[in-house]
Amino acid sequence: MTNSAPTKPAKAENALELSDLSVAYRVAGRNRAVLRNLNLNIRQGEAYGLVGESGCGKSTVALTVVRYLPRNGSITGGAISLDGQDVMKLDGEALRRARAESVSMVYQDPGKALNPSIRIGRQLTEIFELGGITGQAASDRAIAMLNRVRISDPPSVMQRYPHQLSGGMQQRVAIAMALANDPSMLILDEPTTGLDATVEAEVLDLIAQLRQELSASILFISHNLAVVSNMCDRVGVLYAGMLVEEGPTDVVFNDPRHPYTVALLRCLPRGGQRKDQGRLDTIPGFLPGIGMDIKGCAFADRCALADDRCRTELPPLYDLSDERGKRLSRCHYHDKAQALPRATPSDVAAAPKPAAAPVLRVAGLNKTYASHGHPLRAVKDVSLDLSPGETLGLVGESGSGKTTFARLLLGLVPPDAGGTIELEGKALAPKLENRGDDQVKAMQIVFQNPDSALNRSHSIRHILGRALKRLAGLSGKALEARLDDLVRSVRLTDRHLAVKPRQLSGGLKQRVAIARAFAGDPRIVVCDEPTSALDVSVQAAILNLLADLQSKEDVSYIFISHDLGVVRYLSDKIAVLYLGRIMELGPSEEVFSGPHHPYTEALLSAVPKLDQTETARIRLDGEIPSATNPPTGCVFHTRCPRKIGPICEQQEPPLAEAQPGHSIRCHIPYPELARLQKAAVTEPA
Amino acid sequence: MSAVQTPSPAQDDTRRRSPLAEVLFSLMRSRTFLVGLFIVLFWVACALFGEHFAPYDPLADDIINALAPPSREHWFGTDQIGRDVFSRVIVGSRDILTVAPLATLLATVAGTALGLLTGYFRGIVDDVVSRILEAFMAIPVVIVALLAIVALGTSKATVIVVIGLSFAPIIARTVRSAVLAERELDYVAAAQLRHESAFHTMFVEILPNVIPPILVETTVRLGYAIFAVATLSFMGFGIQPPSPDWGLSISSNYGMIGGGFWWTVLFDALAIASLVIGVNLAADGVHGALND
Repeated sequence: MTNSAPTKPAKAENALELSDLSVAYRVAGRNRAVLRNLNLNIRQGEAYGLVGESGCGKSTVALTVVRYLPRNGSITGGAISLDGQDVMKLDGEALRRARAESVSMVYQDPGKALNPSIRIGRQLTEIFELGGITGQAASDRAIAMLNRVRISDPPSVMQRYPHQLSGGMQQRVAIAMALANDPSMLILDEPTTGLDATVEAEVLDLIAQLRQELSASILFISHNLAVVSNMCDRVGVLYAGMLVEEGPTDVVFNDPRHPYTVALLRCLPRGGQRKDQGRLDTIPGFLPGIGMDIKGCAFADRCALADDRCRTELPPLYDLSDERGKRLSRCHYHDKAQALPRATPSDVAAAPKPAAAPVLRVAGLNKTYASHGHPLRAVKDVSLDLSPGETLGLVGESGSGKTTFARLLLGLVPPDAGGTIELEGKALAPKLENRGDDQVKAMQIVFQNPDSALNRSHSIRHILGRALKRLAGLSGKALEARLDDLVRSVRLTDRHLAVKPRQLSGGLKQRVAIARAFAGDPRIVVCDEPTSALDVSVQAAILNLLADLQSKEDVSYIFISHDLGVVRYLSDKIAVLYLGRIMELGPSEEVFSGPHHPYTEALLSAVPKLDQTETARIRLDGEIPSATNPPTGCVFHTRCPRKIGPICEQQEPPLAEAQPGHSIRCHIPYPELARLQKAAVTEPA
Repeated sequence: MSAVQTPSPAQDDTRRRSPLAEVLFSLMRSRTFLVGLFIVLFWVACALFGEHFAPYDPLADDIINALAPPSREHWFGTDQIGRDVFSRVIVGSRDILTVAPLATLLATVAGTALGLLTGYFRGIVDDVVSRILEAFMAIPVVIVALLAIVALGTSKATVIVVIGLSFAPIIARTVRSAVLAERELDYVAAAQLRHESAFHTMFVEILPNVIPPILVETTVRLGYAIFAVATLSFMGFGIQPPSPDWGLSISSNYGMIGGGFWWTVLFDALAIASLVIGVNLAADGVHGALND
C-alpha cells in the first residue's frame, strides 16, 4: 500500500493527492462504484498520465478532483487534496475560488468548451475580469496568452467567433483559457482525441513547450498509450476504477508488470507489423460493468495467468521500486506478468496470392461540389487499380477527400462525368440506382460509427436477415442456415441475434456491421475508419477479424483510417490523399519506409510512437487549405517543408512513377528525396 | 482459433429494459402524465358508460322544472326545457371523444406519410408539397369547415375529415424535420446499398425511428382537436341537436347567461377545459418521457 504521508507543509509536496478515493454513480436506485479506493499522487510540476479503456473511470477522476460530478455521482469515501488543501471540506464559495484559481481543465472537444456566440477575445478577457483586471489591461493579458499558445496574429483571433477557427486553433484557445490564471494543476482530458494527427502533433508539442515555461502539474488522461508515453513522466493504469499499475512512463511501457498493461500494449500494431506477419493479440471478455462486486483481482476473468488466489484475494499494490524509480503493480504474480500467454494465436496461414486481373479499376475520377457558387473539387483526377484479396489504405488529413472517394466508388454520390469505375472489367454506372444488383452487392461498406450504421429499431436478426435476403437472395431455411454461418464467421453467437444494437458494446456492433457487409459475398469492402471509435483491445479483435475474413474470402478492402499504424497493419498498397489528389501511391512497405512524398513524411512524423527513438520531427504549419481555392502549382507547396522554389508554386507536378508500382507527385527527383530523407533521419542522432 | 472469444451481449448486472418499457417506466413516474391520464380516463369512462350512472335521462325534458338552479336533485341545474345539465355533461363527452381522436388519427396518418415523403425525397418533391401544405395551413379551420359542410353536408364524418386534414400539415412538418435528420444516418445509405425500394426505406427503416416525435405531436394535436371539435359544434357544424354535446350546449344556452342562468353554460365549458387540460398534461408527460 502507498503510505499516505501527512500533509500540511507550506507548499505541499504533492500538487494533487487522492487517498482511498471512492466514487459511485447512482443508477436505477443503487449506488454503483466507479472508483474504488484510488490512491494517486501527482508531484509539483509533474506530468502524470492516466490510461485505460473507456469505462474504467478516467474521466470520473478528472471530474472528482474539482468536485464536478454529475448529479447522480457522489464521493463515497476518501480524500482529495489539491495543493495541500482539502477539496472535500471546501464550501461553495471556496470551491468556486479553487476552481477559478488553482485548477484548470481542457476537454476533448474544444468546439463544445467555447461559447459559440461570444468572440474569442471576450471569452478570454472575462477570465481576467473575474480576477479584477479590466479594460485594456485584460485584453493585453489575453493577447499575451494567445501568443503563449503560439497563435499568430492574436488581435485578429480575438475578434473571431469559435466556429471561425479550426479544431487545432480552438484547442489552443481552450488551453490559453486554462492557463490564464496560472493554475497549479492542469487537467487534460483526451485533449487531442478528435484532432488530425498533424494537428495533434502540434498541440502536443505546444503542451510540451508550455511545461518548460510553467510550473503547473499536469494530469493527462488519454486512451492513447503512445501520446501518454511521449507526454508524461509517470503513468497510472486504471482498470475498473482501480489503479493496477503505476510507475515512470518508460519503465511501465517497456517493462510492464501487470497482465492488463501487458495485454493492452500487445493489442497495438507496433513497429510496422503487418497482417501477413501475424495476428494482433486481444484481450478476451469485457471490463466489469460499473458497480459490479469484485472479490479478487478485477482483471482475473480476462487474465490467462489468473488462478484461484486471483479470484478470491484482492491483490494489494505491490511495491516494485528499483533504481529506475518507484513503481507499483496490483498483481499477485507481477514477476510473471510478461509471460501472459497470447489470447489470440499469432500464426496465420499466409496464402501467396496469384497475380490476377484487377477487381477494381478507377480512371480519371473527379467530384466537384458547388460551394456558395464556387466549385469545390473534393476529388481530383484519381486513378488506381485494386487486385483481388488486396487492401488499399487511404490516408490523409480530414478534408483530403478520403470519404468522398469511397462514396463515389459505392455510388452513394455520383462522380463528375468523364471518369470511369470498372468492377471486374465491367463499367459501373455513376449512380447506385443504375447499377445492377450483382454490382451493388459486390461492393459494400463498413461505416465508421456503428450507432449510425445499424438501424436502432431493428433486431440484429432483422438487420442481418434483411441483408441476406436482399444481397444473397436467400429466404426461408437457406437464409437461416446462412445467417448462422455469417454470425459465426464474425464470432457472434445466436444470443446476439435477438437483441437490438443498443444492447451491444461498440465492438460487437461493429462485428454486426461487418457481417452485414459480407452478407452478399462482396468482392470489395470499403472500411471507413471502422475502429476509430473502439478501444485498442477491441480494435485489435476487429482488425484480426478483417484480416481473417480477407484471407478466407479473397475480398479486397479499401481501408480508410487516420491511424497509420492500423493502416500499415492491414494494407498492401497505400494511397496518400491531399486536397482530393493522390500525392503518393505505392506498395505499403515502400510508402512507409520511404523515400516518400514530403507530405507522407510529415504525416508519419506526426504520429506519436510508443517506442520513440527521437527522430527529427517534421511539423506542418497551419491547416489544410480550402478546397474551393486550392494553392496554385503543387497544392502542398504552402505547407511543404521541402519546397524547392518557384516551380512548386507554378507547376503542378505529375504523379510520376519513381519505382515500379510506386508513384510520387513531387518536383523533387526520387534520388534526391531519398538523399534528403536519409539525412533527416541520421542528423539528430 | 474458433473458440478464442465468444463475446456475450451487454453483460452488466442490470438487465437493460427495452426502449418501450423504459418509456412506460418513466411515464408511470411522471406526476404530470398521471394527472392528465386520470382526467382523460374519467371522461372516457363517462363516454363509455355515462348513461349508466347519469342520474337522469339526458334527453328527457321536464318543462315544469326548466332552468332550475343547481340543487340537491339537479346538481348542475336544468336547462330551458328542464333537461338535467349534470347528466348532459356526463353523456356529452361521447361525441367529442370519438370525433377528436379519429380526427387526430387521420391527421397523424396523413401527416406522417407526407412528412416521410418530403423528408426522404427532398428536392423538388419537398419544395412542391411543402409549399402546398404551407398554403393549406394559412387557411383558418373554420373557413375550410364551412366550405366542406356546404359541399358534403353536416355529419361527424365531415368534422373528422376537416379537422384531420387541417392538422395533417402541422404533423407533416414535424415528421419531415425528424426524417431529414434520420436520413443522414448511415443505415439509410446501407439500405440504398441493398437496393431497397424507397417505400421500404421510408416505412421500414426510417419510420420506427421517428415514432417518438410523432407520438408527442399526436398527443399535443389531440388537445387542439378537442378544442376544434367543440368550436365547430358551438358554431353548429357537426353534432346536431338534441344529442347532448358540450359545444352545442354552450351555443344553444349562452344567450341566457345574461338572464343569470349561468349553470346552463358553465359546466359544459368546464368540461371542455378539463378535457383539454388533461390531454395537454398527458402530452407533456409523454414529451418528457421521450426526451429524457
